[in-house]
Amino acid sequence: MNDTSTLKPGHIQGETGIWEMVIGLEIHAQISSKSKLFSGASASFGSEANRNVSLVDAAMPGMLPVINEFCVEQAVKTGLALNAKINNVSVFDRKNYFYADLPQGYQISQFTKPIVGEGEIIVDLDDGEQTTIGIERLHLEQDAGKSLHDQHPTKSYIDLNRTGVALMEIVSKPDIRSPQEAGAYVKKIRSILRYIGACDGNMEEGSLRADCNVSVRKSGEEFGTRCEIKNLNSIRFIIQAIQSEAERQVDILEEGGTIDQETRLFDTSTGETRSMRSKEDAHDYRYFPDPDLLPLEFTESWVQDIKEKLPELPDSLKKRLVKDFGITAYDASILVEEKDYVDFYQQAANGRDGKLTANWMITELFGALKKDNLSFSESPITSENLGELISLISNGTISGKIAKEVFSEMMKSKKSPSEIVKEKGLEQVSDDSEILKLIDQVISDNQDKVNEYLSGKDKLFGFFVGQVMKLSQGKANPGIVNKLLKEKLK
Amino acid sequence: MPNKNTIVDVPTVNKIARLSRLDISEGNKESLTNDLNNILGFVAQLDEVDTSNVEPLASVTGHKLPLRNDDVNDGNIEHLVLKNAPESSSGFFVVPKVIE
Repeated sequence: MNDTSTLKPGHIQGETGIWEMVIGLEIHAQISSKSKLFSGASASFGSEANRNVSLVDAAMPGMLPVINEFCVEQAVKTGLALNAKINNVSVFDRKNYFYADLPQGYQISQFTKPIVGEGEIIVDLDDGEQTTIGIERLHLEQDAGKSLHDQHPTKSYIDLNRTGVALMEIVSKPDIRSPQEAGAYVKKIRSILRYIGACDGNMEEGSLRADCNVSVRKSGEEFGTRCEIKNLNSIRFIIQAIQSEAERQVDILEEGGTIDQETRLFDTSTGETRSMRSKEDAHDYRYFPDPDLLPLEFTESWVQDIKEKLPELPDSLKKRLVKDFGITAYDASILVEEKDYVDFYQQAANGRDGKLTANWMITELFGALKKDNLSFSESPITSENLGELISLISNGTISGKIAKEVFSEMMKSKKSPSEIVKEKGLEQVSDDSEILKLIDQVISDNQDKVNEYLSGKDKLFGFFVGQVMKLSQGKANPGIVNKLLKEKLK
Repeated sequence: MPNKNTIVDVPTVNKIARLSRLDISEGNKESLTNDLNNILGFVAQLDEVDTSNVEPLASVTGHKLPLRNDDVNDGNIEHLVLKNAPESSSGFFVVPKVIE
């Protein structure tokens, strides 16, 4: 095997040369609506089995679907945030297939005329580079129910609570070239969805999941045959599944085989993909326009109203943080990743040293939360308290070193930093006469060293600073100690 | 009526039947294929009209798709939803195992 250490992400070194991955993603995002796409049953998660099911969802004869306006608005909002074309007329189609958790026998989806057309987003990669990924389309569709196969040896248990919950399917162009890019793309989509509030982005609960289309080719060649890996619900799994699937395809092709276009599942225990459906069962969805639903139409002015209400999005926010707070583009990209981070930062940094606040938030706060296994929303330190700590450092009340002590106390007790400083008597001593007293004592205790210093051993200066700081229990203002010591030891 | 055009053949009818989960006996397949060809042949007369510049007509009433507010006002009727189920248990539908 050749040396793979210099391979670019998304490249695979085979016996016959370097292979390149071609990846396209379909993201299913559950819309954050209270009720379902076509019925008034609750869309909430975790209810008793079949509690959130209306007769429409259960596909009883004679029931008619009526569309949820909020869901339409979220799809348009998302389309606008993805810089995509909004289609003022779109059509719902029936996608026909049989499964026990799909009582209608079809899913209402959009096939030829989706609500949102082509767009593009900028994706931030780990090395600080950016790349643009095209969006092919976004459409509205119903979720299916849930089947439990482990409750009984010969039976499946069906819960229709999710049946009919509103999903947006966001389809990318096959512009993605590495598993890492795919991960960054999902991260960016999730971040945008959370900013605009269209989807909570919770991958563990399945509110956001992805199907990955993967093929391989030699650079410059036509696209190869692709396989689709279904239902990945974490960014880590997406990265693992794509890598392992691409390697599988390279192995087959290099042995002279061909790739079957098929649907595959990622087995999280083995880290490999396996075939999901046999070929003879290949799906033929027989799409046709749903006769129960007229085309979905809205006016341009309705779209404009939504556009005007869009919140500031991560890309523009990132630029503004760099400009307004003087922080690096890298720090800004971390802060805009989550809306909660950026809100916290802006409150903490407001009227204060932006760079210092970013450092404390990214290095100290994120580090401490990770260490204590806390999520950001569980942070014992509020934005007000972090801001106050920054002020105490900036105005010289405490030194940076003492600040770390105060910070860990804040993590433990949730108290405000000024309270802690007061209780523990940690105020920095900046008063000349107080510091001079300390200096005098250090000099009288170390007369021999003073003589050495005065006879030319300049390096000892640091020793005196250290002794004074120690005597002050770290509270003396180091700048003033330096200045006064220099004068004293002339 | 004899078939002028063969639009579907027996293998196609088999495929449609399988997709629709219909069990059709061997003896019926030939006549069903004939029937389907007759029906499709009749409908195919519509192809004689040039519709290349005509938008598909979604409705003759001129109505627009009605929208509803995002309110929860349905559900909590498990007993009705499960009423026709041949088998159910602790609120779930129970069906023969469907895992692939």
